[in-house]
Amino acid sequence: MTAIRCHKLCKTFRQGDETITGLDHVDLDIDSGEFVCLSGPSGSGKTTLLNAIGGLDTPDSGEIRIGELQVERLDRGALADMRLHHIGFVFQSYNLIPVLSARENVEFVMQVQGVPATERRQKAAGILHEVGLEGMEDRRPAQLSGGQQQRVAVARAIVSKPDLVLADEPTANLDSVASTQLMDLFAELNSNHGITFVIATHDKRVMRYARRLIKMRDGKIISDKAN
Amino acid sequence: MRPGTWQFSILLKLSWRNLWRNRRRTGIMLGAISVGVWAMIFMTALMRGMVDDMLAQGIRNLPGDIQIQHPAYLDDPSVVNSIAEPGGALLEALQNDGAQSWAPRIRVPAVIASERESRGIELIGVEPGVEQQISGIPAEVTEGRFLESSRDNGLVIGARLARHLETRLGKRVVIMSQDPDNNISERGYRIVGIYHAEIAALEESRVYAGLEDLQQLLGIDGRISQIIVFGEDYRDVQSRYLGLAAVLPDGLDMRPWYRIDTYLAAMFKMMDGFVLVWVIIIFLALSFGLVNTLVMAIFERVREIGLTQALGMRPSQIVVQILLESLLLLLIGLAIGNSLAVATVKPLESGLDVSVVAEGMAMMGAGSVLYPTLTLHDLLLANVVVVVLGILTSILPAWRAARLDPIRALNMH
Repeated sequence: MTAIRCHKLCKTFRQGDETITGLDHVDLDIDSGEFVCLSGPSGSGKTTLLNAIGGLDTPDSGEIRIGELQVERLDRGALADMRLHHIGFVFQSYNLIPVLSARENVEFVMQVQGVPATERRQKAAGILHEVGLEGMEDRRPAQLSGGQQQRVAVARAIVSKPDLVLADEPTANLDSVASTQLMDLFAELNSNHGITFVIATHDKRVMRYARRLIKMRDGKIISDKAN
Repeated sequence: MRPGTWQFSILLKLSWRNLWRNRRRTGIMLGAISVGVWAMIFMTALMRGMVDDMLAQGIRNLPGDIQIQHPAYLDDPSVVNSIAEPGGALLEALQNDGAQSWAPRIRVPAVIASERESRGIELIGVEPGVEQQISGIPAEVTEGRFLESSRDNGLVIGARLARHLETRLGKRVVIMSQDPDNNISERGYRIVGIYHAEIAALEESRVYAGLEDLQQLLGIDGRISQIIVFGEDYRDVQSRYLGLAAVLPDGLDMRPWYRIDTYLAAMFKMMDGFVLVWVIIIFLALSFGLVNTLVMAIFERVREIGLTQALGMRPSQIVVQILLESLLLLLIGLAIGNSLAVATVKPLESGLDVSVVAEGMAMMGAGSVLYPTLTLHDLLLANVVVVVLGILTSILPAWRAARLDPIRALNMH
């Protein structure tokens, strides 16, 4: 089943007097359960494509479908609902809410979804155990290392079993051991839970985990092949 | 709990914790709100106390809570427009609460003359025992004595009037007025008491004589000018008024104080307006600090707001979160401000000596002791204004936060 369908996506940015092409007529289909890496040099359009798929950025033209949802037609509230119920985000810098503990950060999305407290606690405890953070549930982000924070962010992204996880350079701030642990975790979640992963990365070690590798340059897909 | 409750609880948790991220800034803002709220309530209590005093004195000295008189009396307060002393159902209604709460009075224009000067005055015939018990007339006899009975043939005059007439206690003066046939009625009286009143104009114009003595002088046995009714609280005369209206004989006119003394009535109405304006002015000063605090708090966590948007928080939830933060700040400030106000007003309720500005107070018709009055109405008004206007002024920063572009917000350093 197709999880993501992009059709003739275009996006440009203004930088001073210059117009920069972010996406140039991008066509892309990703099926449910795929593990896809987007690679390419800086400015190639990887992050722009991820942001457009996640409804964080609006394309100038073209269409995006996430499951049954026509993303470009949704208003801000409906986009927020789509992200809440269908998409998990993992960002380059860990992006945790500093006033919440690790457990509360993981529970955050579920709480906004309206999941009852007991169920939330169980799920958060389970996922934190799964990402190796048992015993650190009550620590605030400032009390965790970079790798631990990124694992909390991953736990938050996957705890409510989204259809899709979008990760933008998730290992950029991690050392090699932490990167390997994180990618092992992604691979395991992909195989065990069937979650679709789309990861934008420069990191060749990350690309080795992908079953499909898409290369981009100047806003275009220049190669799309099984890995 | 329903899903909406979970959502609200995370918004409340975020708001509460964000509030204490910058303790210094929050502390300063709380201090400003607390002092502002205290000033609102404290000054309102002082103003309320002053106006209450002015009204209570004005009502006690002049009209009473309700007046019953001849329909033409207020236009022509002469002896021609007198009424019979109350009887029958009206008397029963006047006495139905057991305690004496009404007084018969004669009030006619007259001339008082000493051997040196003469002046126009208001001659008031009273039943001394009744008046002293329910109206406190006259305010303070400083020399001699007050009238001892309704038949007392002495006069009690104000200290200022005595000075104008160049007379003093024990001297004789002549009173001249008109009887119902428009003939001059005059008689010599001895000054048995000199009184002091808070309001200078009253001290200069009012002269008290015994009711029966005056009836005799004016040739109106059994007749009076007015029936003055007093109540517990001048703000609540309606029930007494309606009770008396039901038994009021034809040919009598009855009015509550606010229809007799429009100046006092206007002051009473204006007081609420003053309080509201005062509360709003203080709040406007506070609102700059409040908005600045919120804008700074939002500016410092633009990335987090972008993150919560990316994670699926709706714009409306972001607005609610920021408004909750503002509300919590306001509620804590209100709690401290209210406590401070109660703690400072309550000990002063027994009286605050303002004799250093006594003349100014007297000009306004108030006494030299101020009794700050803390009313539930004023407390609620200050609290409601602060909360409602506080939330309204927070809407713009909250709305702007909700409209942030998530990508720009997430990339902001």
